Amino acid sequence: MTEFSNEEEQKMPQHKNHTEFMGRKGFFLSLLQIFRSLLIRVGVLPFLVLACLLIFGILSDNFLTVRNLANVLRQSVYLVIVSLGQMLVLLTGGFDLSVGTIVAMSSVVGALSMTAAYAVIPEMLWLVILLGCFGGVAAGMLIGVVNGLGVAVFNVSPFMISLGMASVGFGIALYLTGGVPVYGMPVEFSDIFGFGVFYGIPVPVYFAAFITVILSFVLYRTSFGRYMYSVGGNIKAARLSGVSTKLTLFWTYVLCALLSSVAGVLLTARLDTGEANIGSKLPLESIAACVIAGVSLRGGVGRIESVVLGALFIGLVQNGMNLARIESYLQTVVLGLLLIFAVIADQIRLKYISSSRG
Amino acid sequence: MVALLQLKKIRKEYSGVAVVRDINLELESGEAHVLFGENGAGKSVLISMIAGASRPSRGEIYFKGKRVNIWSVQDARRLGISAVFQEFSLIPQMTVEENLFLGAEITAAGLLRKSLLHAMAAELLASLDFDISPSRRVDTLTRAEQQMVEIAKAFRSDLSILILDEPTASLTQHETQRLLLLIEKLKKQGVGIIYITHRLAEIRQIGTRITVLRDGHYIDTVPAKTTDEKQLIKLMTGRSVEKIFPALPREIFETLLAVNSLTTKDGSVKEASLHVRRGEIVGLAGLIGSGKSEFAQACFGMRAWLKGSLVFKEKKIKFNSAGYVRIASMLRAGFLYLPSDRREEGLMMMRSVRENMSLAALKKKPFSNGVLLNKRAEVKKTKELAKKIRLSPPNIESAVELFSGGNQQKVMLARCLSQKYDLIVFDEPTVGVDVGTRIVIYEFICELCKQGSAIILISSDLPEILNLCHRAYVFYRGRIQSEHSGVAINETNILSSFFGKGALA
Ligand SMILES: Nc1ncnc2c1ncn2[C@@H]1O[C@H](COP(=O)(O)OP(=O)(O)OP(=O)(O)O)[C@@H](O)[C@H]1O
Ligand SMILES: [Mg+2]
Repeated sequence: MTEFSNEEEQKMPQHKNHTEFMGRKGFFLSLLQIFRSLLIRVGVLPFLVLACLLIFGILSDNFLTVRNLANVLRQSVYLVIVSLGQMLVLLTGGFDLSVGTIVAMSSVVGALSMTAAYAVIPEMLWLVILLGCFGGVAAGMLIGVVNGLGVAVFNVSPFMISLGMASVGFGIALYLTGGVPVYGMPVEFSDIFGFGVFYGIPVPVYFAAFITVILSFVLYRTSFGRYMYSVGGNIKAARLSGVSTKLTLFWTYVLCALLSSVAGVLLTARLDTGEANIGSKLPLESIAACVIAGVSLRGGVGRIESVVLGALFIGLVQNGMNLARIESYLQTVVLGLLLIFAVIADQIRLKYISSSRG
Repeated sequence: MVALLQLKKIRKEYSGVAVVRDINLELESGEAHVLFGENGAGKSVLISMIAGASRPSRGEIYFKGKRVNIWSVQDARRLGISAVFQEFSLIPQMTVEENLFLGAEITAAGLLRKSLLHAMAAELLASLDFDISPSRRVDTLTRAEQQMVEIAKAFRSDLSILILDEPTASLTQHETQRLLLLIEKLKKQGVGIIYITHRLAEIRQIGTRITVLRDGHYIDTVPAKTTDEKQLIKLMTGRSVEKIFPALPREIFETLLAVNSLTTKDGSVKEASLHVRRGEIVGLAGLIGSGKSEFAQACFGMRAWLKGSLVFKEKKIKFNSAGYVRIASMLRAGFLYLPSDRREEGLMMMRSVRENMSLAALKKKPFSNGVLLNKRAEVKKTKELAKKIRLSPPNIESAVELFSGGNQQKVMLARCLSQKYDLIVFDEPTVGVDVGTRIVIYEFICELCKQGSAIILISSDLPEILNLCHRAYVFYRGRIQSEHSGVAINETNILSSFFGKGALA
């Protein structure tokens, strides 16, 4: 890609000179050229974000306020974290349809273990919270371990194993709670991790920022990160290069589950209850966030910065639709359409990049 | 007489950069017109415009004197233009016969006439003397076999022009000769042939005229019979070249690899024993499916062993319960295998040249300290390698899929330079590589050898076996048929073992 965008850059001034002589038609043509080269360089997402800001800015006066945008940021934190996990799995050429269940599991088990610990040792507040968080994350990661084993060792298709685990985990979460929300966690948990604000920034945002930074480091600066790309890029080539593809796949699913569990625990703090059905929309939303951000469903391509933006974008759209009083059923429709649109736009972009080869 | 096909000032640009620049070309009926030029010269792009796979940015095409627009492969087919592309267009999940007649199925009352199609496919393959069963799934075929299917596909309908883009790149002598005979036959029938190859012997054998391209420019058209190798290479590269094969290093040291009666589980190799010494280039020759690649793959851990023993650097290598050697530990011990199918097994097409070159050495210095990558060192090193292999264009951050076929090959080969290995297996290293680059590759193979590595060179290109090997083994039906060394590596000796007659039984 870079090769061609560089050339575009060099070409750009020339186009400008041309327009002066070519008049209106030429002007539009060169506008199209600029649009094309921008699309090639940055993908569809920035255009979508701009369009979204414009449309909802017009539809609602409250949309483009600092307060509202800060609100979107806070609400999107959970999706950002889950999408980052999803992205890792997509990079290796897989899917994780169980992210929603992982969030639910970690929420339910986290809440249950925290309330249980609180009943036994109410005076050791921090230990209680720690135990609860640990329990939640461990439960969620267990699903990731099964996914990872299934894909890496038993060669089950990621689609099937994560779909199966989604059902298993959801069932267990419902069974554990009997379908009712779990109450009775210490208020401090929710006060700090759900609603806490530190230097004017909500605590969950720190978590998301921290995870983004760490993950960027792992993905771009360690050999393990490169291996994730290589497994999705060409698994045979990776194997012949001595990459342990099984280990890489296994850890990718576990990592995805870890991130989803953290999101689950944070969400529990926000809701102040453990619930079995809080994550049902997350598989679709997280995959949508990734795809809109240009992560390839075939694996091997995708960047963290874009995925964060993609998840924020989805949050932005949902918020805008709420403000514009669009019905929630319709919102689902819009989200689906956006996903399809993004995929098509990306195809067009690919076509621009390698203008018709064979 | 009007020419069968005439190109006038054909030009193709990608994002504003011209890769084919105002080329004029004439094809007479009954001639084999060879396109010759370095990797990335624009040969494939040029023929893709004739075959309807892409549209020219500018220029005109005349067919039998009439101006035509060839905007799709169907358009081309209607004119009787059929092409075998460098990158295959087969559907892996379908069988050979389904692929052969894809888009040209024969039906009766809306239903496929399967038995007829099967018979036709068998006949087509037999007429080409390609030994492939029509009912096999394409993804179970080797690259060479897929190439044969691809060629057969072009022969299924009536032809006026046949375009072949490096059709023999992964074929051996035998299959190549069959194909060349067929081309002779077509020439007599008045078919015009456009033939792209990097193999000089083929040009001599079937070529009528040669058009040389460089950097997308037309350089010259010369008669094939009277132009000698040196002239051609000079036209192609713009400089004169003394000889293609370098002198072999003399010093040979201790035994590095010793394999004793290797038999694989799938039966592709039987009772094969050989050894390789430090400083030595050992060639493995044989027909497709003779077991020469499979042998190396088993040693590297890509195929299961049934029995036999493997000693590398005086250490006996163990197998796991399924009969595989561990690839990662072979690599760590200093044994590298470079596969013949760069697209399937060699490269991550959508990733950059840099990432592809460094992948196998990521755990080592200077690329990383084991865990953390050192990006700056990686960039520096891969830039060096790109220069060494003469990558064109030398842009290491571009995705591999945007490079021409030969340049992709070079990127994969550069993997053996990213760190030091004791034994390197090159499986068809010069598939689709231009003569100039081949000289570079031969040189660095020799250099690796001088620095104390051992080389196994698996090749279907006979001159490589004859000129670049200290010793050579010929495989036949999974067994080692004969071993030759020094002056005994000559055409008669090697070829006679190809078909099972040979010294060693
Ligand atoms: N779709 C594309 N987008 C951008 N550049 C391209 C595209 N296809 C080819 N090129 C460029 O055009 C040039 C010519 O490529 P082409 O494939 O025709 O080379 P070639 O002569 O067939 O080389 P080889 O012998 O290696 O097959 C190369 O520099 C290549 O990078
Ligand atoms: Mg080519």
